[in-house]
Amino acid sequence: MANMQMNKTPMPEQEPNVRNANFQEVALGYTMEQAQNEAQRCLNCKNKPCVSGCPVGIPIPDFIAKVAEGDLAAAYQLLSDANALPAISGRVCPQETQCEGKCIRGIKGEPVSIGRIERFVADWAAANGIANVATAPKNGHKVAVIGSGPAGLTCAGELARMGYDVSVFEAFHTPGGVLSYGIPEFRLPKAIVKREVENLQKMGVDIELNMVIGKVLTITELFDMGYEAVFIGSGAGLPMFMKIPGESLVGVYSANEYLTRINLMKAYKPDAETPILHSKKVAVVGGGNVAMDAARCAKRLGADVHIVYRRSEAELPARAEEVHHAKEEGIVFDLLTNPVSIEGDEKGHVQSITCVKMELGEPDASGRRRPVVIEGSEFKMEVDAVIMALGTQANQMSYGDTPGLEKTRKGCVAADENGCTSCTGIFAGGDAATGAATVILAMGAGKSAAKSIDQYIKSKG
Amino acid sequence: MKKYEIAKKKTLTPEIGQISVYAPLVAAKAKAGQFIILRVDEEGERIPLTISSAVDGLITVIYQKIGGTTLALDELNEGDCLHDFVGPLGQPTEVEDLGRVAVLGGGLGCAIALPVARALHEAGNQVDLIGGFKTKDIVILEEEMSQACTDLHICTDDGTYGYHGFVTGKLEELINSGVKFDHVFAIGPLMMMKFACKLTEKYGIPTTVSMNPIMIDGTGMCGGCRLTVGGEVKFACVDGPDFDGHKVDFDEVIARNATYKEHEAKAKEKHLCRLGGGAMNG
Ligand SMILES: Cc1cc2nc3c(=O)[nH]c(=O)nc-3n(C[C@H](O)[C@H](O)[C@H](O)COP(=O)(O)OP(=O)(O)OC[C@H]3O[C@@H](n4cnc5c(N)ncnc54)[C@H](O)[C@@H]3O)c2cc1C
Ligand SMILES: Cc1cc2nc3c(=O)[nH]c(=O)nc-3n(C[C@H](O)[C@H](O)[C@H](O)COP(=O)(O)OP(=O)(O)OC[C@H]3O[C@@H](n4cnc5c(N)ncnc54)[C@H](O)[C@@H]3O)c2cc1C
Ligand code: SF4
Ligand code: SF4
Ligand code: FES
Ligand SMILES: [Mg+2]
Repeated sequence: MANMQMNKTPMPEQEPNVRNANFQEVALGYTMEQAQNEAQRCLNCKNKPCVSGCPVGIPIPDFIAKVAEGDLAAAYQLLSDANALPAISGRVCPQETQCEGKCIRGIKGEPVSIGRIERFVADWAAANGIANVATAPKNGHKVAVIGSGPAGLTCAGELARMGYDVSVFEAFHTPGGVLSYGIPEFRLPKAIVKREVENLQKMGVDIELNMVIGKVLTITELFDMGYEAVFIGSGAGLPMFMKIPGESLVGVYSANEYLTRINLMKAYKPDAETPILHSKKVAVVGGGNVAMDAARCAKRLGADVHIVYRRSEAELPARAEEVHHAKEEGIVFDLLTNPVSIEGDEKGHVQSITCVKMELGEPDASGRRRPVVIEGSEFKMEVDAVIMALGTQANQMSYGDTPGLEKTRKGCVAADENGCTSCTGIFAGGDAATGAATVILAMGAGKSAAKSIDQYIKSKG
Repeated sequence: MKKYEIAKKKTLTPEIGQISVYAPLVAAKAKAGQFIILRVDEEGERIPLTISSAVDGLITVIYQKIGGTTLALDELNEGDCLHDFVGPLGQPTEVEDLGRVAVLGGGLGCAIALPVARALHEAGNQVDLIGGFKTKDIVILEEEMSQACTDLHICTDDGTYGYHGFVTGKLEELINSGVKFDHVFAIGPLMMMKFACKLTEKYGIPTTVSMNPIMIDGTGMCGGCRLTVGGEVKFACVDGPDFDGHKVDFDEVIARNATYKEHEAKAKEKHLCRLGGGAMNG
């Protein structure tokens, strides 16, 4: 009998006033009992609307039914056949606009908490040393993957499963892309990313760190080395700035720099080698996941934190859960507010940020109401650090000079939904092809590209 | 040889060390003006160092023992491996067809200036290499420098060796004696580059500087290394490190490079304590 409770089974969390001073995971995960309770809320709908909302097509009602039955091994098999990194997607997918956004139970009440059940199953498998690492016998073909973010890792995993020899070339000293350098420990523990990478290595994937493609080797040289296909999964990591006065003062960071220092370089640890400013009052400019992550990190380093966002609450692009968590943790939201300049002291350190108030006008090209400045609303906020979280652009370093490779207007690799580009043998997906998007879309793109690569290599004979 | 193994190590002065690291793929691509980023150990920070030479699969870098990471680097010996080593990063220096050029190196900057002077010289330019040091005892690379240029001019601040005064003084002396330079390269501490640019601006000589802001990734993804050049924001790791010195906002970089002074002082002290303790026990 289905559980007809209207709300999701709550997941235990650290108390807001405790967690906003540590970097341990905020959400603690379901117990078996809680997971089964939530699994029983699923109606096992025949037309599976939830599945259509999942970019990698996880057989949602089927795996949830296995959880309800208590057969976690079977649930994990179903889940991991469709999605190579379920412990990650369960934690970071914007479920409200994807699978859960389509769930029937969401019409009256809250949808089934698909993400939490997914996370529960993946964590259970890890705790019991179970991994889906079976591979087909080696087929003798070599493929190169550029970038070890979710797109690259998924593409590599799928190809290894089919028997390919895969080398992943990563610019950083740690694999994972945004999962390692961007998303903080308290949302996605790095031990999980490490474990998923180790599983790929168990499948025979070779991960070459400290390899900046475009500098140490070009794509053309990868082909010369015997790789038959190349997948570009280099992300969209270039930070943007506002081009307002004062943006190069000491204490102004891009969110990428701030988060890289904290997550990749562990600057939040008291004895870390890599430094970070421990600021008193921080303005974070932007309203996406990146802004929420930067704000919550600054809070944990002891600052009083304001999010400065030029539209209203309804337009905040961040995951709903992140906004909720940020508010609980005491982060102040200055909505309909836009910076115009940053001022410094005589030593060149940030001292204040000047903003104007906005109101919503007519809808713009994106369909959202365009914020317009309210005359005479200028005000100054004293801060000693500003973090710019305005979005990112494609970094063309790996592919910019590749002969014949077409790019989009924004400098991304032009690729179709199967990951094919204008060059034979070169495939692309994830943020490198779409611009900044989501983890699960990157994983979906890696998976489709792996299929295309397999077809391409087989068709060559 | 193992990946990132230190094949050779040399002490140039008590403050300056030189290592050659096994990194054949980097060595195959490296050009004058480019740099690498390394980490000493698993917990280490990422620091950039200029490629001094690239031969036989070895990348040579010269480092000044200035703080925590460079001191830790200096503790490694031949046969030890670096944890991480990535490159070649940045744009190579443009060395073709410049004519008569002066290359100014300040102290450790001479190590960075050396490959640039060598490349300019090999490309057929007439090169005056002006190397400045505080005093005679810390003059480094004299032999190598003399081979990398047409004329070598060593300067010391205290007059114990060569020209008595700063590199900018020597450059102005040469200009006043009638030498017509087509281009100047200034490589060294920010203050020295700033004053070199003031001088060359006065004489209207195009000047390239090699900028050294604080870096992390070295691939353009953090923006921490940004500089203002001619009113525009540039990322030194991908657009540079070479820039038109007459356009660089030096005061801004000077402030930004002091961002972590407190942390750095503590890290250095911690390191020296550890070294001191080690010596006592050993
Ligand atoms: C702070 C932050 C928080 C986010 N939060 C969420 C979230 O909660 N949920 C969600 O779904 N999405 C989130 N996103 C977006 C999501 O992380 C990205 O869409 C996703 O990581 C894209 O994956 P990718 O594999 O395409 O690229 P990336 O993850 O960017 O990985 C690209 C990799 O390629 C490497 N690389 C780049 N150039 C080269 C080169 N020349 N040679 C070799 N390697 C190279 C990079 O170092 C990097 O490791 C967030 C993004 C950020 C920045
Ligand atoms: C492109 C480039 C090439 C360089 N080439 C050389 C070289 O060939 N030889 C050499 O001795 N030095 C070189 N430097 C400077 C060198 O990176 C710093 O001296 C080194 O990082 C200091 O580290 P530390 O921990 O020992 O000292 P710290 O005490 O931590 O730092 C001393 C000073 O070095 C600068 N610095 C600190 N961290 C960094 C960083 N991550 N990136 C850049 N600068 C930093 C700061 O101004 C700081 O005040 C170069 C820098 C750049 C950007
Ligand atoms: S992968 Fe993401 S979208 Fe798909 S079911 Fe899991 S949480 Fe939902
Ligand atoms: S739509 Fe919701 S209730 Fe229906 S099968 Fe999917 S998860 Fe279960
Ligand atoms: S060092 Fe990060 S962008 Fe240059
Ligand atoms: Mg340091």
